[in-house]
Amino acid sequence: MVTKEQIWEWLEEVPDPEVPVLSIVDLGIVRDIELGEVIKIDITPTYSGCPAMKVIEESIIIEFKKKGVENIKVNTVLSPAWTTDWLSDNGRVKLKEYGIAPPENEVDKSLLFSKPLIVPCPNCDSRETKMVSEFGSTACKAHYVCLSCREPFDYFKCLR
Amino acid sequence: MSVNNLFPYVLRVADDSLILGHRLSEWCGHGPILEEDIALTNIALDLIGQATTLLQYAAKVEGKNRTEDDLAFLRYDRHYFNSLLVEQPNGDFGMTIMRQFLFDAYRLPMFEAMQHSSDQQLAAIAEKSLKETKYHYRHSGEWIIRLGDGTDESHQRVQKSLNLLWRYTSDLFFNDEIQKDMEAKGIAPLMDDIKSSWEKNVKEVLSEATLSIPENNWEQVGGRVGKHSEHLGYLLAEMQYMQRAYPNMEW
Repeated sequence: MVTKEQIWEWLEEVPDPEVPVLSIVDLGIVRDIELGEVIKIDITPTYSGCPAMKVIEESIIIEFKKKGVENIKVNTVLSPAWTTDWLSDNGRVKLKEYGIAPPENEVDKSLLFSKPLIVPCPNCDSRETKMVSEFGSTACKAHYVCLSCREPFDYFKCLR
Repeated sequence: MSVNNLFPYVLRVADDSLILGHRLSEWCGHGPILEEDIALTNIALDLIGQATTLLQYAAKVEGKNRTEDDLAFLRYDRHYFNSLLVEQPNGDFGMTIMRQFLFDAYRLPMFEAMQHSSDQQLAAIAEKSLKETKYHYRHSGEWIIRLGDGTDESHQRVQKSLNLLWRYTSDLFFNDEIQKDMEAKGIAPLMDDIKSSWEKNVKEVLSEATLSIPENNWEQVGGRVGKHSEHLGYLLAEMQYMQRAYPNMEW
C-alpha cells in the first residue's frame, strides 16, 4: 500500500512541461490526493486555456506506471482558482536560477494604466527593468527587459 | 423547466468565449507588432480555455452524451447563442481592440457577479475566468485610451470602429425568459446590474480616450436566440471544416 507521502514524492518527479525546472508540486497545481482502490489526484490549471494540462495528466499516469501503480485517476478542479501564492519557496528559487523572475508579492490592483511593478532582473539583480509586454511566451508570463545588463527576461506574473 | 433553460444559458456564455477566441486567433502571425501578436493569441487561448470548460458543462447539463467538441464543431449557426458583437470581423487593429474593450467591460462585472451563482460549476468557472478577464480589460482599455487620445489617424480609426460596433452592444444585455428564469434561480447575475457597471466603465474610458458615443442609437439584437449576422457562417465554415470534411477525425 502506498502512502500519501510516497505519492507526493513521486509527483515531485513530474515536471511542468512549459517550465521543466519546476515540478508540478513546486507549481502548486496538485490540490488533493485520495487513497483507495483507485488513487485520485486533483490538479488545477494555472490559466483556463493552459495547453499543458493534458500533458501533465499523461505524465502523472506514466510516472505512476513506472512505479507499478496503474489504478489512478487524475481530475481537474477549478475552484479554488490557482494563485501564484501556491508556488513553493523552492519553486521560486528554481525559477530565478532558471532565468525567470519569480512573482512579486503584489498584484496590480488598479485596472487601467497602473504603474508596472518593479521586477528585479533574475540575471544581475538590477531593479532597473522595464515591462515590454504583459503577455509573454506562455499565459503565465510577462515579458521584461533589464536596462542594466540588457538581457530580456520572462516574469512569472502574480495571479491572485 | 430549469434544466432546459440552463443549457441555452450556459451556451450563451460559452459561445461568446469560443467565437471571440476564434476571431482573435485569426490574428496569429498577423499582429501589428510581435508583442501584440502574442498578446492577442494569449487572450484567445484564455477564451478558448474558458469555452472548453463551459461547453463541457453544457454537454453535461444537456445529458445527451455530446462532448464539448461536438458542441463546438457540429452545431450550425442557428444553434449558436453568442452575442452579435463577438462575431464581427477583425477589421484593422483598432476595430479588434474596440470590440475587445466593449466585450471585456461586459465580462468583468459579469464574472465578478457570477462567482456567487447558485450553480457551483458556473461559480467556479467565473472565479477562474475573472482573473484572466482583468488582464484582458486592462490591455484593451489601455489601448483604447492610447489610440483614441493618440494621433489624428488613430483617433479617427477607433472612432469609426466605435460607430460601427456600438449597435451590437445591446445584444450583450439581451433579456428574455431564459435570462429571467436564470436570474430568478440565482444562477445568472442580474442583467440590469451588469449593464449599469458596463455603462459606467465604458463611458469613463471612452471619455478619457476623447471618443464620443454615436448618436445614432439603432440597435441590432438576435445572437442570443440564434439569429446572427452573415459573418458567423463564414467563421464556422472555417472553424468546423476539418470535422465536417473528415467526420470523427482526431489529432
